Amino acid sequence: MPAVSKGDGMRGLAVFISDIRNCKSKEAEIKRINKELANIRSKFKGDKALDGYSKKKYVCKLLFIFLLGHDIDFGHMEAVNLLSSNKYTEKQIGYLFISVLVNSNSELIRLINNAIKNDLSSRNPTFMCLALHCIANVGSREMAEAFAGEIPRILVAGDTMDSVKQSAALCLLRLYKASPDLVLMGEWTSRVVHLLNDQHMGVVTAAISLITCLSSKNPDEFKTCVSLAVSRLSRIVSSASTDLQDYTYYFVPAPWLSCKLLRLLQCYPPPEDGAVKGRLVECLETILNKAQEPPKSKKVQHSNAKNAILFEAISLIIHYDSEPNLLVRACNQLGQFLQHRETNLRYLALESMCTLASSEFSHEAVKTHIETVINALKTERDVSVRQRAADLLYAMCDRSNAKQIVAEMLSYLETADYSIREEMVLKVAILAEKYAVDYSWYVDTILNLIRIAGDYVSEEVWYRVIQIVINRDDVQGYAAKTVFEALQAPACHENMVKVGGYILGEFGNLIAGDPRSSPLVQFNLLHSKFHLCSVPTRALLLSAYIKFINLFPETKATIQEVLRSDSQIRNSDVELQQRAVEYLKLSSIASTDVLATVLEEMPPFPERESSILAKLKKKKGPGAVSVELEDGKERGECVNFNPKPQRTSTPSPSADLLGLRSTAPASGATPSAGSLLVDVFSEAGPSATSAGVNDDGFLRFVCKNNGVLFENQLLQIGIKSEYRQNLGRMYLFYGNKTSVQFVSFNTTLNVQTKTVEPLVEGGAQVQQVINIECLTDFIDAPLLNIKFRYGGALQNISLKLPVTINKFFQPTEMAAADFFQRWKQLSQPQQEAQKIFKASHGMDTEVLKAKLLGLGTALLENVDPNPENYVCAGVIQTKAQQVGCLLRLEPNAQAQMYRLTLRSSKDTVSQRVCDLLAEQF
Amino acid sequence: MQFMLLFSRQGKLRLQKWYVPLSDKERKKISRDLVQTILARKPKMCSFLEWRDLKIVYKRYASLYFCCAVEDQDNELITLEIIHRYVELLDKYFGSVCELDIIFNFEKAYFILDEFLLGGEAQETSKKNVLKAIEQADLLQEVCGLCPR
Repeated sequence: MPAVSKGDGMRGLAVFISDIRNCKSKEAEIKRINKELANIRSKFKGDKALDGYSKKKYVCKLLFIFLLGHDIDFGHMEAVNLLSSNKYTEKQIGYLFISVLVNSNSELIRLINNAIKNDLSSRNPTFMCLALHCIANVGSREMAEAFAGEIPRILVAGDTMDSVKQSAALCLLRLYKASPDLVLMGEWTSRVVHLLNDQHMGVVTAAISLITCLSSKNPDEFKTCVSLAVSRLSRIVSSASTDLQDYTYYFVPAPWLSCKLLRLLQCYPPPEDGAVKGRLVECLETILNKAQEPPKSKKVQHSNAKNAILFEAISLIIHYDSEPNLLVRACNQLGQFLQHRETNLRYLALESMCTLASSEFSHEAVKTHIETVINALKTERDVSVRQRAADLLYAMCDRSNAKQIVAEMLSYLETADYSIREEMVLKVAILAEKYAVDYSWYVDTILNLIRIAGDYVSEEVWYRVIQIVINRDDVQGYAAKTVFEALQAPACHENMVKVGGYILGEFGNLIAGDPRSSPLVQFNLLHSKFHLCSVPTRALLLSAYIKFINLFPETKATIQEVLRSDSQIRNSDVELQQRAVEYLKLSSIASTDVLATVLEEMPPFPERESSILAKLKKKKGPGAVSVELEDGKERGECVNFNPKPQRTSTPSPSADLLGLRSTAPASGATPSAGSLLVDVFSEAGPSATSAGVNDDGFLRFVCKNNGVLFENQLLQIGIKSEYRQNLGRMYLFYGNKTSVQFVSFNTTLNVQTKTVEPLVEGGAQVQQVINIECLTDFIDAPLLNIKFRYGGALQNISLKLPVTINKFFQPTEMAAADFFQRWKQLSQPQQEAQKIFKASHGMDTEVLKAKLLGLGTALLENVDPNPENYVCAGVIQTKAQQVGCLLRLEPNAQAQMYRLTLRSSKDTVSQRVCDLLAEQF
Repeated sequence: MQFMLLFSRQGKLRLQKWYVPLSDKERKKISRDLVQTILARKPKMCSFLEWRDLKIVYKRYASLYFCCAVEDQDNELITLEIIHRYVELLDKYFGSVCELDIIFNFEKAYFILDEFLLGGEAQETSKKNVLKAIEQADLLQEVCGLCPR
């Protein structure tokens, strides 16, 4: 490239950049920048009108300063001025500034949109592209509102230049991703699909990204793209490496387009048309064949491009999951990559094989690579590759190889990186349970886990082993013996003490016959660990002791003495003290019979899906865990197994073996068990049906906008809602869960709505849209009445719509000084609302943050001097007025309490937000 | 693609392009975390890593790291070659590009990127076509002052 115009002569900019680079310290840099900012400010404010060149130069300097990481709060207007310059470079810099430093000032946006409009209608392709790039870079809703109608027209118009079409396609994609409701393809659909046939490869490459996104959202409307995509792919795959000229990349014809075509096909099931399908299978076979050919170049770019297509083809083969021959070939190809010298390929092969392992056609083929994968786990130098190997071992595990895989994972755990230990522990625990034929192996494995990686064994894991031991009497004696032996180690992990305490408390009698593990020996062993343990473990041990008194009357005197000692009965921890006092009293006044009844062996736990699996799913995100429990019980409903049912009713997090204070989990689990135990995993469990106005759904939506509002045996109501300033739009989805149609379906709201379809077919869903405008602040929510006939019977449901005042929050960012100043300004007593309340859920930081953000306020960091506290700020937008709101939440983890303080310029608002939010924690 | 970052071995950001709406604060945090993570990795390690719910694809060219964040279903290898193609474009335009070219002509680096990728997707993969577009724009600046619109 000739050195025509690099930097195009902005000498001032080059000098400034050099100055910054020459700064010896951060302070010097900041000083230089401040000097420059002052200079630019004075130029912009000066009386003399600046010429275009100077404006461009200063705007460019501001941009540079911003990209260095400094805040820029002026210059937007000058940049906007540049947009209407008739000099291309000035316009270009103006657009760049706008793209990087978007500003939500509405006056500016109007000016920007005007400039864009002019350029779009200029018929000058270079200007049109600039304008389209700007829209694509900003992608805001305002721009979508202004241009979503115009761009499809440009995209399909016959006289549009290719380069403009390319920009228009991707511009539209960005707008669609940001505001799908504003981009309506309708009449353009078929012409957009036909861009796949365009002569210009660049146009196809750009358009296919748009088509893929649209197809994944509306597969039916775009399904004609399948046959077009197949024929395009087939032409590329069969072309010689020179046919496509500059679209050939290191001897690979059109690799980007090929990958995108294969990706588009993954939005659809295998083609139904036999000819199309045949052609596609041929393409896939050709791609697999090419992988075996000698490379046309030694460059890594060549093999990367070629393999990118291969991996995408394998993804498609896995997606179809219907061609055993192709699946096995894919597996063999990946098997070769497992031993490749390129780390990248080994990584991808391990990753891709994970999905192959879950297909019934290729599961066995994947298993043949077990030794290579185990070797990878042991020898790979990069932890991310080892992680993939561990994932694959997990995915390929079945009854035939479980013992080998679990043993390898356990031995790997001893040296595993800290970052992946917790996940490994979960996986071992799951596999051990799932494939346990004899449960003594299971118990051994879990105790080994605790021994090797005790710190990473979460509650779910040790709860689960106890649950299983309680439920299977064939393993109880073995468990007691093994745990007793494990406790002999001078330093054993606290989790081991927990499991040991629980199991010996229940089943210590099964090994008491051996003098080496007589009751007193058992007790002394447990008690030797007592003082090293945390409060919850000590609480558990105290419960084990009282159980001992029942199991072994001969230990009663010793244990009573322990309970009576000052360190127990006067313990400063109220839970421990209470247990010591109660247990002591119980053991001295209750008759043997009463004692035996109260302290009876725990009844079996109801069968549930393992909560460990739920935890792993949560850790890895949805879809990452492809293996389900083999004897998978009810899916989706993962109730946290919880051996301490009183946890939700008392603030103490201590384990209790007795369940004296509330119903013990009985074998025939009462229906209330689900609501009693806090379900920490499922996001929004369907709430129980209730007569009258249904309230509990309402409260779940204070901090979120989408989800299931209501569900009973017949009907499910889902909600999607969005809010901007004082306006909102709510989509209600009424789903008929039965196979019979609902007639005279009718909903009334104590505000106006459009009516819904009076018929809801069985299994179908109808939608209703409600537009909401907030006129002034309010407390009562709109009431929704739903009436319909289901097989003759009239159904009547009343619901509070989850429209709450906080939905109209606009978050406000502010610095600490501003925050405290405003806080002080709102110091009149009626402006403040405060509540002190007990935590009814866990106090996890991330969850708290998510809820506060969901409330709609900005979460301000580094404002409150106490880092444990949270402060937020926002403005509630109503038509009548804006109400500024400040919030402070002070958690006290020890007491499991919160103090919530709201201050706003309007007393009713403070009170309402405070009331709503107090229910959320 | 969700974003692309270019940074030096010293951890200085040289170019950042965001294809998803994020606040300034979030962008800064993400860049900081990611730069740290990648600089801590050894040379022979794999070019891909899982990071939050994204896949990171990165490659080092001389003193500069090029790093892209793509979504779960995106293709890592083709992303790696996106990076390479961008490097080729810069190289061709500046004539064996170095870090200094990108520092002093950051605006050009952005313009070239916009011609190649738009909204996080490949717009034009032909090297010739991208460079032709940039060349035309460079020519326009010479003559445009003469031809009022």
